Amino acid sequence: MASKDIRNHRMSDEVYQENFSDIKPPLSFYQSRLEAGRCLYCHDAPCISACPTGINIPSFIHRIADQNVDGAAQVILEENILGGSCARVCPTEVLCEQACVRNHPPECKPVMIGRLQRFAIDHRQTAAHPFIRAQTTGRSVAVVGAGPAGLACAHKLARLGHDITVFDAHSKPGGLNEYGIAAYKLVEDYAQKEIRFIFEIGGITLEAGSRINLGHQLADLSVQFDAVFLGIGLESAKSLGLPDEPSEGVEEALGAIKTLRQTKNLAELPVASRVVVIGGGNTAIDIACQMRRLGAEEVTLAYRRGIQQMSATHHEQLFAKENGVRIIPWMKPTGFESKAGQLRGVRFVRTAEAPTGELIETGEQITMTADRAYKAIGQTITADSFAYGKLALSKNGKIRVNDQFRTSISNVWAGGDCVDKGEDLTVHAVQHGKLAAQAIHQFLQPPEVQVEQGDGRP
Amino acid sequence: MADLSCEFLGIQSPNPFWLASAPPTDKAYNICRAFSAGWGGAVWKTLGEDPPPANVCSRYSAHRDTHGRILGINNIELISDRPLQVNLDEIKQTKKDWPDRALVVSLMVPCKEESWKRILNQVEATDCDGVELNFGCPHGMPELGMGAAVGQVPELITKVTRWCKQHTRLPVIVKLTPNVTDIVQTAIAAQAGGANAVSLINTINSITSINLDTMVGYPPVGNHCTSGGYCGEAVKPIALNMVGQLARHDETAKLSVSAMGGITTWRDAAEYLSLGATTLQVCTAVMLNGFKIIDELVDGLSRWMDQKGYRTLSEFRGAAVASLTDWNKLDLTYKSVAHIDQSHCIQCGRCFAACEDTEHQAIAFQTSDDGKDRTFEVITGECVGCNLCQITCPVEGCITMINPPGSNPEL
Repeated sequence: MASKDIRNHRMSDEVYQENFSDIKPPLSFYQSRLEAGRCLYCHDAPCISACPTGINIPSFIHRIADQNVDGAAQVILEENILGGSCARVCPTEVLCEQACVRNHPPECKPVMIGRLQRFAIDHRQTAAHPFIRAQTTGRSVAVVGAGPAGLACAHKLARLGHDITVFDAHSKPGGLNEYGIAAYKLVEDYAQKEIRFIFEIGGITLEAGSRINLGHQLADLSVQFDAVFLGIGLESAKSLGLPDEPSEGVEEALGAIKTLRQTKNLAELPVASRVVVIGGGNTAIDIACQMRRLGAEEVTLAYRRGIQQMSATHHEQLFAKENGVRIIPWMKPTGFESKAGQLRGVRFVRTAEAPTGELIETGEQITMTADRAYKAIGQTITADSFAYGKLALSKNGKIRVNDQFRTSISNVWAGGDCVDKGEDLTVHAVQHGKLAAQAIHQFLQPPEVQVEQGDGRP
Repeated sequence: MADLSCEFLGIQSPNPFWLASAPPTDKAYNICRAFSAGWGGAVWKTLGEDPPPANVCSRYSAHRDTHGRILGINNIELISDRPLQVNLDEIKQTKKDWPDRALVVSLMVPCKEESWKRILNQVEATDCDGVELNFGCPHGMPELGMGAAVGQVPELITKVTRWCKQHTRLPVIVKLTPNVTDIVQTAIAAQAGGANAVSLINTINSITSINLDTMVGYPPVGNHCTSGGYCGEAVKPIALNMVGQLARHDETAKLSVSAMGGITTWRDAAEYLSLGATTLQVCTAVMLNGFKIIDELVDGLSRWMDQKGYRTLSEFRGAAVASLTDWNKLDLTYKSVAHIDQSHCIQCGRCFAACEDTEHQAIAFQTSDDGKDRTFEVITGECVGCNLCQITCPVEGCITMINPPGSNPEL
């Protein structure tokens, strides 16, 4: 890249390697045993209910302490087949670890549940898959989207003996685990390793690079297959609604992360000197930190509301600061400045919160110099998904599902980011896929075995 | 500053902490390092007749808790495996170099008067302060009619002790084995033989664990393992009980005691002293941490004594003996109940699990409407005051046992 402001090979190979190595290095056997010793094996442990997938955390930690690592892994995988990636990417500080009783004085420090979970999964010794597929039922299910929700659903259904076909638009399965998570959170091709492990159950056929246009194909799929699960995520980036938004140098954060994740030699990646990130979620933090780690000189994260309202966790915000990212709240973007086809800056107006809680513009104009701007303001479901009129929408434009994750179409279920339930976290997606699989399995039973699906229990 | 010096059978030492007869006291090099570090005395590792025995490999194994901390170790090492004269020469030199430290020599020879007479003469020539008769070694030596083979038969204890008293002017300490039904009987036997004191406890017969891959116990000697002597923190309650039994039994109450068994901290030391011990012997704690722990032992004990206003060890020696009694003399009207300090509770529910599953269902568990706060409270009327909740609680001072209104704790 010719421009002095946007160029590659900013650092030595060693620095690139260091910057993109595991940010949370694994615990050693000794460390894990010491840490496991801190678990109090609580009665009705609060961490279990704080885990969206309900992993029996004290039990798996107890097994680590007993040096029964395979047993520990089994406890985790029973509830969460993506326990390995969740251990790496979950914001444990607001989930299980927030609920740990050791947060109370005098200790004020939770057990490192996430890192222990990773230890158990990474050190599983048994070569065989931990679950045995039931005798084949002859029933078929299409899973659209090979992200965490689809994978969890596919595994559970395959385990119950159904034949699963997983369709994914991308050349590799994994969804956001493969394309959307910061590189240093899932190193060494972990998403693909985990998927190979998940597929060991058998009975799952992957159709990668096979985009399903729901508007045209959902009707056919729901006829060809006994049931369908949609785990299609949110593929379309939201728009700022600015007239000059499609400018040169203004990019989608998720697209950039995807490119970064798929680049073998990061030194080849052109990086801007001055970067402005627009948004306040974990994706905004991910792109901002990765740009710093790729060598960007100045990275500013601008958010239209206050620090308190940012959806990025406190832990993520601290991580951004440690990476030298400047976080500036109360900044609403109003336009972009370009010169000779090159982005030169982003214009903002300062905002404030009215006593009514409403966001108001103060009138103060600010321009931040930028060679590249990344939008990380969220995604929406792809519009054509709803062209097939029978698929009902929720108020916020996601797929409407009931408590069992069933859509408005009787043999179609959905889960993950594309439905209006829970936060958009990997671990929530896994739980959606798991619960939907249970409901689908119930639906696929012969009528005499079927139980009322009212409360979702068998 | 408290005075830790002590006199035991006329033997002076600057503090009551002696190294027990064991691997750390096998030679002058180790003992001189210990004395430099500040140990008050040492009992030289057991001498026997030449030729010395051969030791095996390996020798020690550990019993650990779930989280890897060592609770106790066992050993299958025999008495000194060095020639007798080497030991005698080193003892003489060591005593000459460290005249202010107690230096006692442990002995074990065959059950023949001539053998004891001979070795006592040799040992006396070293100018050591006393002898300790090893009637307790539980491994290797009993098969040869020595060690615990003597210590488990009261008549033999009396007989050998009497020989020793006849053939030496040195104070005689009889070391007792815990591998007996009633420690009082063997102590009485030692007293009957004229022993000036007893030391207890020797190690306890044990197998620490089994290697589940090789199916050989620890410590392995090739494909075999033999029972070893167990020691360390885990044996303290057993040893403390035995010391307490001697202190409260009429016939042994006046016997001088050098106590040992899992002494690791100054608290352990103070507890043995409060049950009547005069000196303390330490082994496992130094084997696991080195001689430097003497600093913490001495500092902790003397600060506690200062705090309590004890100027010398004799001011509190035996102070807890009067509290020991038989079960049927306990006060059945005494009541205490658990109290949970909610400001300290971390809501782990360990007390609830213990009480609900295994005791008297005397703890109420409530969850706040938002599910975030959990409250555990004692149902006083149901509490039998068993202490289990307090034991399971991970927060010090959170659960206390209190005397309920109307009870009379001073009965």
